[in-house]
Amino acid sequence: MSDDHEQQLVEQVRRAAEAGSPLAIRGGNSKAFYGRAVKGESLDLSGHGGVVSYEPTELVITARAGTPLAEIEALLAEKDQMLPFEPPHFGALAPSPSPQGGGEPRATSLPRGERVATFGGMLAAGLSGPRRPWGGAVRDAVLGVKLLNGRGEVLKFGGQVMKNVAGYDLSRLMAGSLGTLAVILEASVRVLPKPAVQITLVQEANEDQAAGRLVAWGRKPLPLSASLYHDGRLWVRLSGAEQGVAAARAVIGGEEADGDIWRQTRDQTLPFFQGDAPLWRVSLPTAAQALDLSGATLSEWGGALRWLRSDLSAGAIRRRAAALGGHAILFRGHDGVCEVFHPLPPAMLLLHKRLKAAFDPRGIFNPGRMYAEL
Amino acid sequence: MNAPAEVLLSPTQRSALLADLRNALPARCVLAEAEDLRPYECDGLSAYRRLPAVAVLPETIEQIRAVLRVCRTHNVPVVARGAGTGLSGGALPLSNGVLLGLAKFNRILEIDPDNRVARVQPGVRNLAISEAAAAHGLYYAPDPSSQIACSIGGNVAENSGGVHCLKYGLTVHNVQAIKLLTMDGELLEIGECEKPGGLDNPGYDLLAVLTGSEGLLGLVVEVTVRLLPKPERAQVLLAAYDSVERAGEAVAAIIGAGVIPAGLEMMDNPAIRAAEAFVHAGYPEDAAAILLCELDGTNEEVSEEIMRVRQLLLDSGATEVRTAADEAQRQRFWAGRKGAFPAVGRISPDYYCMDGTIPRRELGRVLGRIEELSVEHGLQVANVFHAGDGNLHPLILFDANRPGELERAEAFGTAILDLCVAVGGTVTGEHGVGIEKLAPMCGQFTAGELEQFHAVKAAFDPAGLLNPGKAVPTLHRCAEFGRMHVHHGEVKFPDLPRF
Ligand SMILES: Cc1cc2nc3c(=O)[nH]c(=O)nc-3n(C[C@H](O)[C@H](O)[C@H](O)COP(=O)(O)OP(=O)(O)OC[C@H]3O[C@@H](n4cnc5c(N)ncnc54)[C@H](O)[C@@H]3O)c2cc1C
Repeated sequence: MSDDHEQQLVEQVRRAAEAGSPLAIRGGNSKAFYGRAVKGESLDLSGHGGVVSYEPTELVITARAGTPLAEIEALLAEKDQMLPFEPPHFGALAPSPSPQGGGEPRATSLPRGERVATFGGMLAAGLSGPRRPWGGAVRDAVLGVKLLNGRGEVLKFGGQVMKNVAGYDLSRLMAGSLGTLAVILEASVRVLPKPAVQITLVQEANEDQAAGRLVAWGRKPLPLSASLYHDGRLWVRLSGAEQGVAAARAVIGGEEADGDIWRQTRDQTLPFFQGDAPLWRVSLPTAAQALDLSGATLSEWGGALRWLRSDLSAGAIRRRAAALGGHAILFRGHDGVCEVFHPLPPAMLLLHKRLKAAFDPRGIFNPGRMYAEL
Repeated sequence: MNAPAEVLLSPTQRSALLADLRNALPARCVLAEAEDLRPYECDGLSAYRRLPAVAVLPETIEQIRAVLRVCRTHNVPVVARGAGTGLSGGALPLSNGVLLGLAKFNRILEIDPDNRVARVQPGVRNLAISEAAAAHGLYYAPDPSSQIACSIGGNVAENSGGVHCLKYGLTVHNVQAIKLLTMDGELLEIGECEKPGGLDNPGYDLLAVLTGSEGLLGLVVEVTVRLLPKPERAQVLLAAYDSVERAGEAVAAIIGAGVIPAGLEMMDNPAIRAAEAFVHAGYPEDAAAILLCELDGTNEEVSEEIMRVRQLLLDSGATEVRTAADEAQRQRFWAGRKGAFPAVGRISPDYYCMDGTIPRRELGRVLGRIEELSVEHGLQVANVFHAGDGNLHPLILFDANRPGELERAEAFGTAILDLCVAVGGTVTGEHGVGIEKLAPMCGQFTAGELEQFHAVKAAFDPAGLLNPGKAVPTLHRCAEFGRMHVHHGEVKFPDLPRF
């Protein structure tokens, strides 16, 4: 039973808090590569699964942290709905979901040894996919969480309603916190209807042409929902009502292409993402000029997300990103050689430390996963 | 009474404070005479009024920092104020504190059409951003009804919404960077302020925590907001119903059919009649409820969806469905909705605006119960409702000059908010807690949850000098209200040390 499971988690956290011993929080381990390495006893959320409630007309789904992301997506798809932020899985797309929706919470256990994205891990990692600039990020969809803080207290913030300003927004704070503040036990997120029509178009362009087109299209009310530029080709996805998509297609131009490109980009199965060179995730203003660093690049999000495979030093990459108004994350291939996340200025780091202490005074949750000091 | 206890500075304390503030700021920026302080005695929750010890209207970030330094030295609390349109008493001054007005920070610093962002000072009015962006075919989406007056700094502090937030989100979804002065005088950039336009930032999502923090965590001294391309076309449908329940079901039907309208608003009969008398919007005055449903997008999209939604509305039992014939009529349909508060203000000496959110499916039940509560409390109520996202604004009509009516209105309001929490909703959707909803907060959150909020506050403002006593009740206050939230007869983990 999940309530018993919750109680076990509470007890494990309280024991760790008393002893001051670190816990490494894990869901399905699909994002184990992301962030700095953590040493600690494993706090396993994979057995804490199950959809708690899903009501399509309320546009909300509530599920326990260990629920496989694939199960949630399949449940939503049955009602022609989706997670607006198109989260990456970075793992097996199994297991297959059980058919019934809503009602009794279901405990699902993950197949052993497989890396499977979970709902809680999705939220803690805070990573969004191709739809992000138009559909919002993970944090934008978060409505509420049930969490376990470093004192072993089970707390609920937010809820299942769209608008809620009672108290500070601590649910959205969990998005991208990489388990360093609290254990996410359960979360409610907003869902959206699937667009009636979706098409993918591809056209030839050099880097400057592609950037120019994306900026020009971005200033118009077009039903864009994804963009990808790599190796002389620019892909664009249009989503919406049939007539609107048809009209936008005439504006954008290009050939119709296979829409599977977006899943391959999202889960990084494209050839660009294979290989050993370090993979940098560079976040920049949409219209920022080209990165102009040695290495291969692939860009998404209308230009706001640029992937770089490069052996340049972290310092060189970060200086360039910062000069353009952005920041750089060493996404894959760091082997503990350098800091994964862009360093914070001292005053910001101090505030981060204080915030961490406000949730986790003994510093037991995923210490060092995000920054060495947290 | 919800207002925090009145504490006064001694005359010597006050004159020492004043002397230091006058040293730090130009004379025109410091107000100390009662008649100069009067305009700052309340915000939009005008039932509560008090004068601050001093008001300051700084003109530069350095001056704000100097004010904070003086306040730290004197251990005096600071209350920020934007335009003062807040409806929960967030900007109510403290009698022993400094009221810090941001009205002079009213410049739009930059509009960057390629990155689709605007960088503005906190005192800039919400509507002024869209006006300035219009030349580029862009606009700022969140549109509170108070948008001609309210400031973007206030919007950030309250996480304000508007009639279009169903599709375009609240303030939190549309802010990309904030320059924040902490009470310690530290100037933090949350997100990239100088070259804005990126979609995420390193570290924790502090933008989320700050948005809606009601001036308790820091002073917002610059905001970068996201701009959107103006939709090619917007069209509004007006549907009339002979029962509010049926109108509520229509809302579920539209959303269930996969349509996310740009706006989906409901008004009940008393609100319809008040609005009609005020702006002559052309509403059907005999309807039990009306829905306003706006669709926007490209020309083709709107044409396609309007037919679909029209049919959905008819199928859901609408007695009448009208489409605005032209832009002027569309504006009139909206004018009635956006003017609903002042319209009710004309038919009643006072009104008290509530702001709970409920799951939409509970709409019929909640409105039915509000009707009963109206009879029990002997006060009339008009309902306007951001139906698409479940945010209710019952307006309780009363006359503050009649003894006991304000208290009755407050009791009625508290009962409505308790009801919202009981059906799985929240005590405030967009107006904030301020001083007004401290008591219902004790019912919505456990002691541990409230303590977690206080711990977050202490991380930003260890001395507790920014807008103290607002937004999050202390456990002590909850005990005074007699409203400790107790689960299964016991406080959670009574043996664990508290923050
Ligand atoms: C007729 C009317 C209609 C309204 N309609 C809506 C609506 O549709 N949707 C909605 O959400 N709200 C609505 N409101 C409420 C109100 O307009 C909003 O809450 C608005 O955001 C407040 O902005 P303000 O500048 O007036 O802030 P103020 O009232 O001055 O302050 C509000 C809070 O913000 C803090 N604050 C202000 N500026 C700063 C700053 N720079 N840094 C830190 N803290 C700051 C204050 O301390 C206070 O706690 C309405 C109000 C009225 C009177």
